[in-house]
Amino acid sequence: MDLRPTADQRALQAGTRELLTRCFGRDRLREAVEAPALDRALWRELGAAGLFALRLPEADGGVGLGLPDAVLVFEEAGRALLPGPLVAGELLAGVVPGVATGERVAGLCDAGRGGEVLWEHPGDCDELILLEDGTDAHGRAFWNAPDWPVLEPVRSIDPLTPLARVTSYPRRAPRSLDVPRLRREAALLTAALQLGSAARTVEMAVEHARRREQFGVRIGSFQAVKHLCAEMLIRVEMARSAVYAASLTAKSLPVVVAKVLADEAAVRNARDCLQVHGGMGFTWEADVHLHLKRAWLRVEQWQSGGKAEEALAEALLTGHDGE
Amino acid sequence: MDLAYAPEEEEFRARLREWLAKTLPDLPARPDPLDWPGRRAYDLGWQRRLYDAGYGAVHWDASPTVRLIFLEETERAGAPYVGANFVGLLHAGPTIAAEGTDEQRARWLPPVVRGDEVWCQGFSEPEAGSDLAALRTRAVRDGDEYVVTGQKIWTSHAEIADWCELLVRTDPEAPRHRGISWLAMPMDAPGITVRPLRTLAGPAEFAEVFLDGVRVPVANRVGAEHDGWRVTMVTLSFERGTAFVGEVVACRRTLGELARAARANGRWDDPVLRRRLGRLNAEFTALWRLIQRNVGAARDAGGVPDAGGSVFKLRYSQVRQELYDAAAEVLGPSGALDADQRWTADRLSSLSYTIAAGTSQIQRDIIAERILGLPKGR
Repeated sequence: MDLRPTADQRALQAGTRELLTRCFGRDRLREAVEAPALDRALWRELGAAGLFALRLPEADGGVGLGLPDAVLVFEEAGRALLPGPLVAGELLAGVVPGVATGERVAGLCDAGRGGEVLWEHPGDCDELILLEDGTDAHGRAFWNAPDWPVLEPVRSIDPLTPLARVTSYPRRAPRSLDVPRLRREAALLTAALQLGSAARTVEMAVEHARRREQFGVRIGSFQAVKHLCAEMLIRVEMARSAVYAASLTAKSLPVVVAKVLADEAAVRNARDCLQVHGGMGFTWEADVHLHLKRAWLRVEQWQSGGKAEEALAEALLTGHDGE
Repeated sequence: MDLAYAPEEEEFRARLREWLAKTLPDLPARPDPLDWPGRRAYDLGWQRRLYDAGYGAVHWDASPTVRLIFLEETERAGAPYVGANFVGLLHAGPTIAAEGTDEQRARWLPPVVRGDEVWCQGFSEPEAGSDLAALRTRAVRDGDEYVVTGQKIWTSHAEIADWCELLVRTDPEAPRHRGISWLAMPMDAPGITVRPLRTLAGPAEFAEVFLDGVRVPVANRVGAEHDGWRVTMVTLSFERGTAFVGEVVACRRTLGELARAARANGRWDDPVLRRRLGRLNAEFTALWRLIQRNVGAARDAGGVPDAGGSVFKLRYSQVRQELYDAAAEVLGPSGALDADQRWTADRLSSLSYTIAAGTSQIQRDIIAERILGLPKGR
């Protein structure tokens, strides 16, 4: 029993960080803020590096790794604020041709039992898989050409993630996919992105607090600032423990725990990071708001806070602790 | 990353589980919390049974993973809490095992493991609580003895202890972290006065200890003279690392009981309360996973938990208080205000968790300075 990444997994994480620093560094991030359309060349580069084919068997041209490895890679993508339908890419590689290599871009939307359906990067997707709850409660999946659904534009709060509201869609091409598994893994990978973002904003806050001087001393020596930073780290460590454990069991309840705690860590850490940065944190030039806005977006994806807490409460009565 | 235990660890778990199932049914009822001699006899009796079954020294003699399994299984089975043996088994024992000489290990460890002797902790003083290095109790060398004078406070189990792990200042001229030594003081030595302190939870859990010219042999010093601070850090890291494993298991069980009680009395219909309990479920699940992660780190560090223990201690002490606040809501106003109701004593005692073993503020400083590398300051 060891919940820490193995040497191979640490190498995978370091390699991913190196790749993302090279192909999506800070300058590229700020360019993307101004022009948020998906960079197809970057997408193909990520595909060539195996980012989407991580869990495809080697016989199918994939890397042959597991969910825990994918979670570590997604943690890095969250740190780097890498934009694009990443979760869809990871889950639909091997399902939709061309997605594994990054040649084609797929979207994945969850209509649930009706209600609002949000689609990220609608203008950039070549395909769209739409999930909805079926009569058998196992869910159904439809393969849509991207021009099939009826959309309403949404001016996305996250400058790096264009959004549209799907108002209706045809149920024309049913696909036999394991919808509950897709939902579970989508929530877990989203939690991993949140975890990476939460960890990055702690670093940003600490870097700033160690450099910035006020009243003649570095603000990191103030207990009030220290305690903000310490609470940020605690949120990361709680979320990381939950996310890593959930990646090993891949069961429903541990994934809910992971999403709840990673959402909280990403949102509250970005807010605290903004606070530590003071007035600079409130500007467009600082990256803090990009983390906060993406974190808010991900909170709404795949698992809502209220539903998640209800599921966790229900589990107390049934005695299923998810282990 | 993996969640699978090694085959020999699973064998240990199965053997322990079987032994607990066989042993616990004929255990006598627990004595009243105010009956100190009764509690001492009960807790030592339980330790003796553990010892006879081969589980006596598991707290410092086993790998962190086996320790984790031991604490998890004993709590799951509803076995007695470590109780009066707390300091001996979880603080003084591991410290002597790690830092003591062969003679010291031979003198003090077997009685702790067998359940013959009880230890208490003489660290805190009226002017030195969280700022432990400010301690002023003096030990002046006189031949092969130290003559100790001063006062300790918050000393748990002092009334029934045979030994005290005592921090004293042996060099008043040295910088405050450098002139401290760690002594094993016999509690029956002349010059010791113990005065119980009543806690807000009701019973006297701890005491003030007055030391007036108490003579302690130099041979009772663990670690080098003036090197007590480093020895103490070893003790404290044990305290913050593995000491709360059983409690987390117990809290998760309590949370399930709260949910069932809420359904029985109708409060479950309140979605705010339901969601609050659901959120606590997430917190305790993650705390358990954090313990498992820390155990891996502890294994690499030779059994001594690292600063991750502070991360755990801080969040756990907060969440434990939230758990019993939620319990009060489940009980309703008349239940929550009835001191005889279940969970009320736990609600009161949970208030100590953000203070004892280093306040939450101290833990945040530790995390900020030692893990995040922020500059020291005010």
